[in-house]
Amino acid sequence: MTAPALEIIDVSRIHGRGDAAVHALRGLHLTVAPGEMVAVMGPSGSGKSTLLNVAGGLDQATAGRVRVHGQELGSLSKGELAQVRRRMVGYVFQDYNLIPSLTAAENVALPLELDKVRTKEAVRQARTALDEVGLDGLYDRFPDDLSGGQQQRIAIARAVVGERSLILADEPTGALDSETGEQVLALLRARCDAGAAALLVTHEARHAGWADRVVFLRDGAVVDEAGSAVTPEAFVSGNGMAGAR
Amino acid sequence: MSIKHGLLALLEREPMYGYQLRTEFDTTTGSTWPLNVGQVYTTLARLERDGLVTPGEEDDEGRVRYAITAAGRDELTGWFATPVASSDRPRDELAIKLALAVTVPGVDVGAVIQRQRAATITAMQDLTRLKKAGPGDLSWTLVLESMRYQLEAEVRWLDHCEATLARAARERTQITDGAAASSEPATTGVRR
Repeated sequence: MTAPALEIIDVSRIHGRGDAAVHALRGLHLTVAPGEMVAVMGPSGSGKSTLLNVAGGLDQATAGRVRVHGQELGSLSKGELAQVRRRMVGYVFQDYNLIPSLTAAENVALPLELDKVRTKEAVRQARTALDEVGLDGLYDRFPDDLSGGQQQRIAIARAVVGERSLILADEPTGALDSETGEQVLALLRARCDAGAAALLVTHEARHAGWADRVVFLRDGAVVDEAGSAVTPEAFVSGNGMAGAR
Repeated sequence: MSIKHGLLALLEREPMYGYQLRTEFDTTTGSTWPLNVGQVYTTLARLERDGLVTPGEEDDEGRVRYAITAAGRDELTGWFATPVASSDRPRDELAIKLALAVTVPGVDVGAVIQRQRAATITAMQDLTRLKKAGPGDLSWTLVLESMRYQLEAEVRWLDHCEATLARAARERTQITDGAAASSEPATTGVRR
């Protein structure tokens, strides 16, 4: 049986100590399977960003266990953890985080080269990843010459290049207009349909709608979950705009 | 919106008979507003009475095609030129439900909000799956996006309600604490 892409088991994260302690996560459980897209919604301060940081090994849980493709992050050495992050986890941020002096293909190839893949092979894989996000022919362009939507596509290509198959996305459409934002979400969805797993933090219901499951966070814990039980056709014919209210 | 204007808009394309109008109406609106044939024929009778459509000759199968008249075309032009007034839309049961929930003792308003939010997001997932299934015709795409944006607005409004309730609860606590600490009776309060 394939291991879940991400398992968060009874995880707590406490910042500070004593009276000043802030409980960012409180005994949180969450599993994301390969091919699954899970959206996280919740008000500011509910623990969404901490959850992403802990899931990607950028922050360490105070208690509980985090596993990425079966590897328990807490049991890894610093070097091993860095390797898991490079090889298995891709990030997509609101502000793209691309290196302006590198071309599109070089940006995408960078995590592979850091992982000792030879330049020629890294660029070949980067070009394939760029093709998959619809940026074929733009390999040699610099980020500043591209639109916001295209830059975010580069970031998605970088997040899935090589063997990376867990995408952690923090408000990835925040800086984009609504139509371009939808295209980025559709692309993330397509990467999940092709086998990647994604954990998406968003405050927009339209974007959460692309996910298989939506979990609601309050005060560092999952308090509710939405998933679809009816077929879309049944929703529209029996319960559409006219009948829903 | 009235069925009347919907039928006039379809007849502006070409003359049609009743069953055909019903099918075209369903296709154009993505079945979000199903009509039965009875509604179609009743409306056609009224439109004919008001001189907005005119029946043609009966064909071999006994079907009558209706055509839009010049007066019907004027009516349709006027409809497209007039914005939809919010007072013409149905009352929002959800807003009324929440307005009542905050006045009824013992109702967990936060739970009412979250249940609605989860249901609305689930509906959003269903609609997004339809969007993902592929581009439909332009009319259906516009109706689908209208539904998705309405659901998004509802979730934003629910978030706003939750924040407003939390603020009201904090203010109530502060007032209660202030009243307990002071010998003066509190002169202001927060309505639930």
